[in-house]
Amino acid sequence: MIEATPTRAGSQILGVDGVRGSEVVTNEQVAGPIDSSDEWIRSRTGIVTRARAAADVTVLDLAEAAAGRAIKRAALTPDQIDAVLVASVTYFQQTPALAPQLADRLQTGGAAAFDLSAACAGYCYGIGLADSLIKAGGATNVLVVGADKLTEFVDPTDRTISFILGDGAGAAVVGPASRPKIGPTVWGSDGSKAGSVGQNLDFRQAVATGVWPTLRQDGPTVYKWAVFSMAAVAREAIAAAGLTPGDIEVFVPHQANLRIIEQQVKRIGLDPEVIVANDIVETGNTSAASIPLAVERLGRDYADQGSLGGKLALQIGFGAGLAYAAQVVELPNTAIPIERKSRG
Amino acid sequence: MAKDKSEVLEGLIEIIVDETGLDAAAITPDKSFSDDLDIDSLSMMTIVTLAEDRFEVEIPDDSVKDLSTVASAVDFIANA
Ligand SMILES: CC(C)(COP(=O)(O)OP(=O)(O)OC[C@H]1O[C@@H](n2cnc3c(N)ncnc32)[C@H](O)[C@@H]1OP(=O)(O)O)[C@@H](O)C(=O)NCCC(=O)NCCS
Repeated sequence: MIEATPTRAGSQILGVDGVRGSEVVTNEQVAGPIDSSDEWIRSRTGIVTRARAAADVTVLDLAEAAAGRAIKRAALTPDQIDAVLVASVTYFQQTPALAPQLADRLQTGGAAAFDLSAACAGYCYGIGLADSLIKAGGATNVLVVGADKLTEFVDPTDRTISFILGDGAGAAVVGPASRPKIGPTVWGSDGSKAGSVGQNLDFRQAVATGVWPTLRQDGPTVYKWAVFSMAAVAREAIAAAGLTPGDIEVFVPHQANLRIIEQQVKRIGLDPEVIVANDIVETGNTSAASIPLAVERLGRDYADQGSLGGKLALQIGFGAGLAYAAQVVELPNTAIPIERKSRG
Repeated sequence: MAKDKSEVLEGLIEIIVDETGLDAAAITPDKSFSDDLDIDSLSMMTIVTLAEDRFEVEIPDDSVKDLSTVASAVDFIANA
């Protein structure tokens, strides 16, 4: 007879941190080639600057820096991590994956490691998977990393998406808990809209034409989906956790556009006093990294009030696929002092 | 069957107030969404989506750019 691993009552996020690209790129710097302006970009997206990584910094470098910080915050050592999940859409190789190399750089001692491709939903997919793995007994401490160097796929002359994109990595360590501190993940996809955001050429077409692939989107289609469909998903995630919108203390949506975030607050029916992440303003859209980076920033912004630890946060990732995932989580202690090195 | 235009106007004004915070009295049929009411393309998209839901009509993206005034939107919705 096959024996099952003992299951667990719940899981929790033990620590979150991240790193942003070190170059601060202003709206003026991106507006020229797309006949745009600082005013247009600010009013339509809320973005004032985007963080972009130096040419010699790889997505693996960003992931390593973010992961190292998150593990410290969780008060664990790398050898205590037994699974590494890396959400990224900006790594150039189909195989080998990014995650095993990250696990090795961190010296986890051979943790299970794999990549997941869910674009801007990647981090919330990862948190959902980590929660399931831990509860099912498949892993004890799971490192979830969202890492994207989107500038590798930016076309400065593209008006549809390039101007919103930044580079960064964010990471969370998820471990066991005696009660659920991560609510049920409400997730899904709509592949009928696959063409509305993503790479304009696949790599075979790129080689055949000699044109490097870059990202494109149908902004209005994505905007409507992000506001209306995602508000419904968010409400489902809140209800699945046995809560009501008024119970949510912190809202950390994927940082795509401040206008989308403001609409979501309203359409989900969140309390007007809810703490709302707005890292988009300075960092731009960093895809899978945006939610953990937004948590990292909230930790700093609210440092004078102590920790956000224990607060109920709704997080929702959504983007290319189209793919989405949402869950309510109890935030980890965000006040743990950690020495801040230069940015990635 | 065509819808009652005054009912459509009333409902549309409610949607615009909710989206923009403008005073309902300022929203009259002759007003241009962009020039008079300062409604940009993103706000317009929200208004159109809410109107589609409320009036159970479909307003194709291509038609939205023709809806420059409140009256033109009311006509479109009433006859859709
Ligand atoms: C990208 C986005 C800001 C574009 O705004 P929009 O209002 O939908 O833009 P539209 O394509 O409808 O164009 C509206 C007007 O702005 C202009 N415009 C479009 N992109 C522009 C840009 N980058 N700079 C300046 N003007 C621009 C258009 O030419 C058009 O002008 P016109 O009215 O004179 O014809 C918006 O659609 C958006 O944020 N969508 C969500 C996308 C997103 O967050 N994706 C990431 C998900 S992971």
